[in-house]
This record gives sequence, C-alpha cells and structure tokens, in this order.
Amino acid sequence: MKFGVVVFPGSNCDADCYHVVRNVVGQECEYVWHESKDLRGFDAVILPGGFSYGDYLRSGALARFSPIMQSVYEFAEKGGLVIGICNGFQILLEAGLLPGAMLPNDNLEFRCGWVNVKVENADTAFTRLYRPGEIVRMPIAHHEGNYYAEKETLDELERSGRVVFRYVDENGCPSREANPNGAARNIAGIINERGNVLGMMPHPERCSEAILGGEDGRRLFLSMVRALCS
Amino acid sequence: MKYKGTVVVTLKDGIFDPQGAAVRGSLLALGYPQVVDVRMGKNIVLYLDVPSKEEALSLLDEMARRLLANPVTETYMVSVEEWCSRP
Amino acid sequence: MLEDKDSSGKPEPLNVSREATKTFPGVKTAKTPWREMGLKDQEYELIVEKLGREPNYTELGMFAVLWSEHCAYKHSKALLKTLPTSGPRVLVGPGENAGVVDIGDGLAVAFKIESHNHPCAVEPYQGAATGIGGIVRDILAMGARPVCLLDSLRFGPLSHPRSRFLFSGVVSGISGYGNCLGIPTVGGEVFFAEPYKNNPLCNVLCAGILRHEDLHKGQASGPGNIVMIVGHSTGRDGIHGCTFASEELGEDAESRRPNVQVGDPFMEKLLIEACLEMMATGAVVGVQDMGAAGITSSCAETAARAGTGLSIEINKVPMREKGMTPYEVMLSESQERMLLIVKPEKVETVESIARKWGLNVAPIGVVTGSGLLEVFDNGEKVASVPVKLLTEGPVYDPPAEEPAYIRENAHFSPESIPVPETSWFNEILLELLASPNIASKEPVYRQYDYMVRTDTVEGPGRGAAVIRVKGTRKALVFSTDCNGRIVYLDPRAGAMWAVAEAARNVAVTGAQPLAITNCLNFGNPEKPDIFWQFKEAVEGMGEACRVLETPVTGGNVSFYNETEGEPVYPTPVIGMLGLIEDVEKRVTPGFKLKGDKIALLGRVWGDGRSLCGSEYLERIHGVVAGSPRQPDLGLEKALIKTLVEAAGERLLRSAQDLSEGGLGVALAESCILACPGARGAKVNLQGVCPAGYRLDAVLFGECNSAVVVSFSPDKEEALRDVCAKNGVPFSVIGEVDGDVFTVEAGAGTTVIKVTSADMTGAWANGISRSLI
Repeated sequence: MKFGVVVFPGSNCDADCYHVVRNVVGQECEYVWHESKDLRGFDAVILPGGFSYGDYLRSGALARFSPIMQSVYEFAEKGGLVIGICNGFQILLEAGLLPGAMLPNDNLEFRCGWVNVKVENADTAFTRLYRPGEIVRMPIAHHEGNYYAEKETLDELERSGRVVFRYVDENGCPSREANPNGAARNIAGIINERGNVLGMMPHPERCSEAILGGEDGRRLFLSMVRALCS
Repeated sequence: MKYKGTVVVTLKDGIFDPQGAAVRGSLLALGYPQVVDVRMGKNIVLYLDVPSKEEALSLLDEMARRLLANPVTETYMVSVEEWCSRP
Repeated sequence: MLEDKDSSGKPEPLNVSREATKTFPGVKTAKTPWREMGLKDQEYELIVEKLGREPNYTELGMFAVLWSEHCAYKHSKALLKTLPTSGPRVLVGPGENAGVVDIGDGLAVAFKIESHNHPCAVEPYQGAATGIGGIVRDILAMGARPVCLLDSLRFGPLSHPRSRFLFSGVVSGISGYGNCLGIPTVGGEVFFAEPYKNNPLCNVLCAGILRHEDLHKGQASGPGNIVMIVGHSTGRDGIHGCTFASEELGEDAESRRPNVQVGDPFMEKLLIEACLEMMATGAVVGVQDMGAAGITSSCAETAARAGTGLSIEINKVPMREKGMTPYEVMLSESQERMLLIVKPEKVETVESIARKWGLNVAPIGVVTGSGLLEVFDNGEKVASVPVKLLTEGPVYDPPAEEPAYIRENAHFSPESIPVPETSWFNEILLELLASPNIASKEPVYRQYDYMVRTDTVEGPGRGAAVIRVKGTRKALVFSTDCNGRIVYLDPRAGAMWAVAEAARNVAVTGAQPLAITNCLNFGNPEKPDIFWQFKEAVEGMGEACRVLETPVTGGNVSFYNETEGEPVYPTPVIGMLGLIEDVEKRVTPGFKLKGDKIALLGRVWGDGRSLCGSEYLERIHGVVAGSPRQPDLGLEKALIKTLVEAAGERLLRSAQDLSEGGLGVALAESCILACPGARGAKVNLQGVCPAGYRLDAVLFGECNSAVVVSFSPDKEEALRDVCAKNGVPFSVIGEVDGDVFTVEAGAGTTVIKVTSADMTGAWANGISRSLI
C-alpha cells in the first residue's frame, strides 16, 4: 500500500509519520509537497502534525487553502483513507472535512505528555485492530486541542459512532481530570460519516515502537493497511 | 481611494473563553470587582485600495467569512475608515 | 559589479561618507559616540591608531558591536585558552559556530550551549524564544540537522512576583518557539535562588546530527564566491543587542525593550529546511548564523576565518523598513537570517530553494582577497575596515582578588548546625522533595514538545536525556549541570563539581561522556572579585575536563549578569555529550523489581563539610555558607568507567546519581520514578556511614562522588568485581520493596519511614505549591 504524507510549510511530524509507515509498518510512503495537486497512486493520505504556516491566525486556517487540499477533498470524495493527526486534525476541521472546530486548551498551556484514550469505535478502517472499548496510551502535544462543536453536532457524532477516541482515566472513565485540554465530551478523535476521514489529536506515530515507551499507535497504521487490502 | 479596515474577531457568546476568564481573574485580584466578564479576541487591520467604502465593507465581510474568522466558534465585526497613506 | 580589491589588507584613507552629524537610535550625543555605543576611550584610541584614521559612524558602530564583550571575549579569551579543547573525537573545537564530535559510523554531533540572559531579563517570552532561534541556527550552520534542545534556567525564588513573571515568560517563550520548530526539548534544569531574582539565566543547548562529509563551516573562502543573505528581511530591531548584553542591567532595564527582537519560529523552521536542502546540493561554501551584531559580525567572522575580505552592497539586503541607514542595516539583529557563501554558478540553485520555502534571498556581495570588509550603499563606499581588526578586539587581563565573603566563609563551622532529632527526618525528606530545586519539573516540561522526531528514548525528568540515532544502535545522551550555590562558595570546586556531575549524569545511563560545551554566566568581570570567581571556575573546569577526558568544544561567556551591583551566583553551566553504543543497554533511574538489591557506588562523606552549600542547609536551616570540598576526580573517573562497564554487561536495573538532596533524595527519587510494585526500599546505612558521621550529612550532604544503583541479586558478584577492578567502593545498602521507603541508621534505628505515595505527592506538587 502506498501512503502519502503531506508536507505543509511548518509541518514537523511529517518525517515521524514517514518513518513509521516505511520502517515500522513496512509500507510504501512518499512525501507530498503542499503545492502539489496530484494524489494519484496513493492509497492513503496523512496530514501530519506541526505548525503549518506557524499556526498563525488559527491552527490549520491557512493550510486549508494550500493547493493540495483540493486534491485531498477529491481523494476523500472517492473514498480514499485520510487521517489528520494533531495539526492535521485541525486542518481537516478548518477545511470542513470534519465537523466542529478547535479552541485553545482550557488550561491556556501547550500540553505534552501521555494520555489514556478509549477506542470508542473499533469498527472503522483506522481502528479495526483494536478491541472495542480498549484503553490505549498515546502521546499528545498541542496548544489547541479543545474540540468544540454545537450540541446537535456532538449528539449526532455520538449517535452515529463517529467519536472514535475519547480521553479517559485508567479505568476508562471520561473524567474531567483525564481531559487534557477541555475538549467537548472528552473527544480526542472523530471520523466522517462515510468512515474514511479520521481526525485525532493524539500522535499514534509517536507510540509505534517499544523503545519510545509504547506501541499502541502501530495498530492504527496496521488497521489502515488491513482495510486497504480487504 | 485607500481605506483602513478593521476586523475584530471574538469567540461567539456562550463559548467559554479561558483567556478572558484568566484576565478577569487577574483584574478581580487587582481590585476591580466591577468586571463582570472579559472576552478576548483578535484585531486585524487591513489596508485596502478600493473605489468605495461600500466595496471595502463587502470585501472585508467576505474575507472575514472565508478566512479571518472560523464560523463554528467565532463571530466578527468589520469597520472601515478612510486612509490616505500607509503607516 | 564589485571589483576585487588589492590584498594589502590596509584600509584606504578614502572618502568614506561622514554621518557623524546625524542622530541615531540609542545615541544621545554625537560628540563621543563611542561611549554611547559601549566603547571605552582607550578602545576608541586603539581603533584610530590601528585604522590610521578616525572611523566614520558606520565603521564605529561595527567596531562597537564586534569589540563588545559579547562578541570579542575581551575579559575571557586569555583564560579560555587554558581549557583542554582537543581529543581523538573532536572534529571541530572552539572558534566555529559549534563544536563537532565524532560518534563513529561516519556520523558526528554538533552541539553548543548559549545564553540569552539579558534579553530574558527585560522581555522573558521573546528573550527565550530568540535565544532558541540563535543556538539552533548555530547548529544548522555546521551542516547538522538539529535534533534536540535542553534549557538550563535560573530564577529567583517563586515567592517573588517578578520571579514568577520571568519564570512563566521564559517557559512559555521556549514552548512557543521551540515546539513550532519540531525540535524536541528533552531536558535541562531549573534552579531557584535569590541572586537570580533580577537576573534570570536562560541558557539553551542545541545538538544536531550530521554525516562527516556534510560538515560546513563559517568560512568565506574563495574570492569571487557570492555572499548571500537568506531568511527574514532586515529591520531596525535589536540594534546594539550585544552591547546591551555587555553591560550591567540598571534600573532602566525595562526601558531597554526596543533592544529585544521578536522571534518568528515559523520562519526559522522554513530556514532550517531550506538551508539543509541548499547545503545538500553542494552549493554552499560557507554558512554562518546572523546572530549578535547581524551582518557585521557574520561577514567579519566568516572572512576572518578564511583569511579573505568581503565587499557588501547593503542596498541589496532585503529590508523590512524604509529609509534604513547603512549603520542600521549593518547592525540590525533581525532574527531568522543566515549568511551563505555560494559558488557563483550555484546562486540560482540557492535562489530556487529559497523560493520553494517562501524565503527572502539576495546576493549582497562577493568574497575578495582584500582582507577588508567593504560596504557600499548604492555605489558609495560607506565603510572599509580590515576584518582582522574587527574580529581581533583587545584582550584584557583584569585584576582578580579573592572576595571578602570567601574569607568569611572559611570561618563558618558546619558543626554549629545541630543535627535534627531522628523523629524529624521524615519531614525533612518530604520538605526537600518539595523544594522547587528538587521537585518534579513536569509543570515546566509538559509545556515543551519533548517527543517530536520520535527519537526521545528518555525525556525530561531524569538526570540526562537519551536520544536514539535512527539507522544505528547508538544513542546520544545529554545533561546540563551547575549548582551555582556551590560555585559561589568555592568557584574552583564548584566548577569541578559541575563537570563531574554532568559526566556522572550521562554515565548513569550507561553512556561514555565524550565532550562538553559550556555557558559561563558571571557578573561584571571588571570587578576584581567577580574576575576571581571566573578565573577560579575556569581553572577548575579545565582541570576536571582534563582528568575526565571530556574536552571543551565551545560555548559562550555571559558577563555583566548584575542588577544594581548585585551579581548572580557564578554559574558555569556544563553541557555534556555522552554516547551509548547500544541503546538497548541503557540504564534508567527508577527501581524496577521488588527484591532487587540496592548499592551505593562511590562514597558519601557524611561530615559537616558535605553540608556546605547543600539544599538541606539552605532549605531547612536557612544557611548558605561554608567551604565545599573539591571532588576526587580520580574517583569520579573510576566511577564513570564502572557505570559504563556495568551497563555494557547489563548488570544494572537502575542508576541514580547523588546531587541536590544527597543520598536520601537519590533513594527517594529511585522510588518515585520506579515501576509499579517496586516503589519502596528497605535501606540500612550502617555500611556507608564513615567514622564520626552525622546523620543529616550522610542522608542529605552533597558533593559526593556516588551513585545509587539497583540490580538483580544474581548480578552482585559481577558488579562487585567491576567496582573492585576500577577501585570504586561498593556497598550493598538494602533492597527494593513494595511501596514504603524505610531507612535504618544503625541496628534497628529507623530514621525514615514514608510511603511512596507521600513522597510522590510532595515531589510532584513542589513547584505548583510554590506558585500559589
């Protein structure tokens, strides 16, 4: 399978995603410069973390106007798998590929560290190798991860199983303390209606090798490979 | 004609503004109990070369909608004044 | 087109335009403009003498910045020459943008630490941010991909509102700038003490990895090559920043704000990617960061290193503001700019890469054989000065005199401090764990992205950070260390301890310490007592580096860290680089398994003297006094060898070095950082208490060459053998337990009994409680 990692000016997790896809998961991978308009030949697209355009104005607000984003729309339209991680999630929200928006963390600080995340929907192309309700550990590192959407949107996301990841404590409880940024209903990741566009704040690429303190993220990439093969 | 446009972007009413809350907390601590609420925002100044004030306003409104404000969380106000030379 | 001038190196007595009647920022009077620019009368006279004429205003400005303490090392140069700087692994020593050390397999590490103290004192957020920007560009200039950052920070006690302001500002500045760059901030230190109240220290270490063949230097070689500027446009910001950094801060420090530049981390990120891409094409002959003194210093230094000259057309510099004078363009410290020396036929390559990344780029001049830095503005020559004259400022050998407090201290008797009753030791331990100098720094480092690049094997919160090198089994280990309180009490001993502790911190992970970079933060060197501190510290550091075989590869001196006559603690921060050949063999700090044995490698002194300068003495007894002893460097070296060998043979389950808080805190931290089920320990100190010991000194005394380790019981013999072979004392002192930490002093006398939950609580909340 061939993955594309989009490089916006200011992306800084592009090389990390590339490394995991290529060296850990063993798939083909190529960087896609943000000025490119061509995603032909790719089976999956990763919008990586970082500070695209310095996150000036709002996280992701300027990146969504990069030429590549038109191709990302079309790629998603055709059913291609798209995952936005951290800044990539913010870009997907700004681009309208996923509903809602990001606010600055309620603690007003950049937060880096490990969090517990519950896999709320293990029946997606991105999570099929996790157990339903499984609690995994993943790193976060962001300043704007406070997910917001109107109540109706949130209800709809919940009802349709589109909340894929949720911040929880060790016991799986979505408590206030377990929420690192104030996100509505402890939401850490959501998927689109069709099930081919996922946005998440935690970084699966940072926990795909044991030497980095955890391997829970690897199954996300493996799930994508499995979904693409089937 | 040159115009100076100002777009003020703030969080929509009802969305919690932690920065505003932190500033209000500090102001209360400094002895300003009169402060009932604080809302922070962005002030964006644009210098435009367009023939009329109306055109300036409509351009600003369009730019605010498309880029400067996020319609999900933010609201905005635009204003225009005449401006002869750029600073 | 600029012509190649003759190479006599002599300035022409030419008609350089006169600007002396104009008024310029920061200059109040034009009569003796050199004084306002920070030059002394005799320095001005020296310039006139060597130049053979009076410099014009632009030239004077160029001299002022390059002859500032910050750029010229006037007061430190002579002593720094005494430091050991060579070794089999040193590829590039001091004098370049950063030191470079061979790590085998054709790879090398460029690393350097630098201060940004003065800017942080007036505008902590931007001061810290631009400090990171500068050191990252230094590493980039060596052709290395920057891979990690460490910050060594000093503030006044958090009870002061000003200290809190500076603390939160500096931390958010590091967070705001560093995170955006995608370079993980993996470690460092934060230390709080009164003398840093108005003079915070912000030292940043950056390290990068390169292949030997990708090494670049800051040299403007090859007459005919093109001088290019890439990155941000040039504005009026930061003019005379390095002059500012070469003065004491007065009451008007706040009003100096215009000197502080604003950082743009997004631009820096693009600059990193673009420059690495440009260097990879082979287009770049020389490269230099435009830091302090901007175009002037980067041009003069690159030409001086190559023995060439440069001819610059400043009207070609991309400018941000209109109407900038030659003086302003030459001295601007606008951030995120690099100077490149490019082969003429490759100019287009460089331009197209810059365009791809959306950066300004412009050819601004040419390398000449003249030995002169010549500056033209629209064809008019506005400056012409020999580069050697600019870069070889005066060197001073100021008087040094032992400060009065040192003599007074000699009279302090630690025995005047009563040993607390046994029943108090629990409380004392918890109090020390909660001290902001010992407590968890998580409230700080959780604001830093320490995982980006997916190489951080051991991140912040340990003595040293471990960074893997992808594509190899190797890992780099970094630590920054300096206890200013000890250095203050005895600068020679304190600097030795800083080197020894940095080496030990690296060695507990199993890494071989390779080399250091240093950042020497002191007060005003023109004061004999301050210069004495500096001299003692540099000599002590040199001696320790020689014995431990860790040469000095570069660094930075920051003088004038004084406000209204009050200097900081002398703080020679040591940044140590270590190497683990097999990352899987690394050793980590916390206990791992219940039933493992605990031993002390090395020795604790346990006497009154070891309390001098300790956290215990200040925090519990409110005393900063005494004469700390010098380290036994021979023992330190043997201890390091032992740790590296023991790790190589996989004998250790954990290792934690003794520093602030002594043995008691080292053991407590081994419990706090332990794996679940192994968060306690049963310890008996009988075997390590020397004759005539005092219990508080055994538990909380500092300045010990010692490490607490735990190991599987079946490894005891092997470990004992390694220690014996190297002549390192080895004493089994207990075993890892469930979740209670108990210490017995003799037969059956329990002096400490606390749960790991209580210790963790005190330690984890120490900083946040101080902020309430």
